[in-house]
Amino acid sequence: MINIIVNMVSRLLRGIGSRMIARVWRLGAGTRLFMLAIVYSGESFRRFHLTLREVYFTGVMSLLIIIVSAFFVGMVLALQGYNTLQKYGSSEAIGVLVALALVRELGPVVTALLFAGRAGTAITAEIGLMKTTEQLSAMEMMAVNPIARVVAPRFWAGVISMPILAALFSMVGVLGGYLVAVPLIGVDDGAFWSQMQANVDVRADIINGVIKSVVFGVACTMIALFEGFDAPPTAEGVSHATTRTVVISSLTVLGLDFVLTSFMLVV
Amino acid sequence: MTSNIVEIDNLSFGYNGRVLHKGINMAFPKGKVVAIMGGSGSGKTTLLRLIGGQVKPTKGEVRVNGQVVHEQSRDGIYQLRRSMGMLFQHGALFTDLSVFDNVAFPMRELTDLPESMIRDLVLLKLNAVGLRGAYKFMPTELSGGMARRVALARAVALDPSIIMYDEPFAGLDPISMGVICGLIRSLNDALGATSIIVSHDVKETFLIADYVYFVANGEVAAEGTPEDLMQSTLPFVHQFVHGEKDGPVPFHYAAPDYRAQLLG
Amino acid sequence: MDRTKIDLWVGVFVALGAAALLGLAMKVGNLTSSKIGDTYSVSASFENIGGLKPNAPVKSAGVVVGRVADISFDSKTYEAVVTIKIDKRYQFPKDTFANIYTAGLLGEQYIGLEAGGEDDVLKTGDKISQTQDAIVLEKMISQFLYNKASETDKEKSAAPATSEPAKEKSTELGDAPF
Repeated sequence: MINIIVNMVSRLLRGIGSRMIARVWRLGAGTRLFMLAIVYSGESFRRFHLTLREVYFTGVMSLLIIIVSAFFVGMVLALQGYNTLQKYGSSEAIGVLVALALVRELGPVVTALLFAGRAGTAITAEIGLMKTTEQLSAMEMMAVNPIARVVAPRFWAGVISMPILAALFSMVGVLGGYLVAVPLIGVDDGAFWSQMQANVDVRADIINGVIKSVVFGVACTMIALFEGFDAPPTAEGVSHATTRTVVISSLTVLGLDFVLTSFMLVV
Repeated sequence: MTSNIVEIDNLSFGYNGRVLHKGINMAFPKGKVVAIMGGSGSGKTTLLRLIGGQVKPTKGEVRVNGQVVHEQSRDGIYQLRRSMGMLFQHGALFTDLSVFDNVAFPMRELTDLPESMIRDLVLLKLNAVGLRGAYKFMPTELSGGMARRVALARAVALDPSIIMYDEPFAGLDPISMGVICGLIRSLNDALGATSIIVSHDVKETFLIADYVYFVANGEVAAEGTPEDLMQSTLPFVHQFVHGEKDGPVPFHYAAPDYRAQLLG
Repeated sequence: MDRTKIDLWVGVFVALGAAALLGLAMKVGNLTSSKIGDTYSVSASFENIGGLKPNAPVKSAGVVVGRVADISFDSKTYEAVVTIKIDKRYQFPKDTFANIYTAGLLGEQYIGLEAGGEDDVLKTGDKISQTQDAIVLEKMISQFLYNKASETDKEKSAAPATSEPAKEKSTELGDAPF
């Protein structure tokens, strides 16, 4: 009886241990890939068209989803905000509410989540398939470093694209909020903008938002690249890797957002 | 011995506790077409990876041009690989690049040749495999045989002195097989290169190979010219060459007694 | 995908991003309004600054004339010393009144300057002596409740005079929108 219990407990502990080790191992391997991508990124800048091509695929191709989502998010924020603010007789503050929510949080965070779903999965699937079809091996056998040629340009493209997308998201969101607040609800046009300008700080709000989006850009792109690179070379492996990209990216973005926000509010 | 461009010396390799090779010795003389044959899963492809320095041996060594591959630095291995071309099992063409750009890829990445010269060289290589007219196509628009030929053109883009083929005949129709077969021999002779073919297609391989190694159970089971091996009385070679279904390689995977399992 | 087309689209993409950032800074943020040129700094002591924070606006007649530069605590007088930077274009008499106001009921706090009548003007390093503290909501509420309580006590004796203190307090809310 005692034996069985000891057995069960030890099996449980072993399970936790091995899972933990696997997680830490992946974290280490991911960090290693990140470092290598930085070390071998000379080519991404010397032959900048390689990076531009990836900016096209990650950034430009995500424009539509970002703009449309931002528009709706802005409109919903304005509607909901008005509903509540009006009870306190300060419906002019709707501009502040929409702008701060977007610039500080929703802009960088929702952009990163959409980016993970749109561009991140595409990166993982592409690299996973390149691995499955031995394209990466072929590159290596041709004496071409796949990290310099495949990983680094995509990494920098993601880092460049994310802040641009986030800024667009915030701006389009504010415009969406404006459309609902001013023509639709009838909040005063001047009050909408002036309240916003009086309460949104360039350094504390806008620059911090940009910093957040750069960090998210690094995290999301790197996770997508690592999952693709690490995917088992089978159809099933690539599909699992793609799913993991979305899940891990989303969790990482939300967790990082909390950490960054707390740092930014303290400093 | 100096005419051997690639030498494998007492090589052992394994991973995850599984031993794949146990003390393999092979030599690949300059200008010859040498084949490595063996059943599926006998570690033939891994031998090519060992020659290319993609994996490290657990014991023994592989020498290319007299240099021990696994002792090279990263740059040294890349330098060695520049003299190698490899044809992967399914071609491994870059699916986001056109046929032209695929063949131009190694030239653009590894040389500073002007674009006009690259163009001429690419068309030359494509002409050699008979696909000059298909330079605009994307890899997805090609048949299996054509893709293999484009990959071959890419493998020889930089006039390598060693060309490795991983299952060049697998999954091709008889006509494409014949075409590839002829190309391997003619390219080898035209470039004065050494070809290493990994395959299990006996007929085609024996047609073009100068020398053949048989790998079984992690060891070189037999070696010799195709003619020698056709006459070989070694049970394993006989079974393999003549495609007999039962022999030293049993038809049945190791299993408990049939009767006992059914009734059990 | 040919290269010129990619270049074009990426160019458009980056330009859009730059425009959005610029728009955020100009139209949404306070980059234009926060630009204060040359300033001079004066200090003022308060017994209680409530929730006043550095970089809060300093307004006179509702116009932003400066910003709060620094807030420190004087351990001798047990008062808060607030340093404010005022735009050089605006001059204020020496007997100017500095009040801490709240924008709206729960809004952020700012300093309001009410000009006095002297001829001498404030210069760098001067101290504003006449100040009024921030209104602390809890204090006000407790005061209000205390008044209510005393009101009911006094109700029998002197009913007409009791509502006076509460009313006075409520005017101190300044420009609260109710």
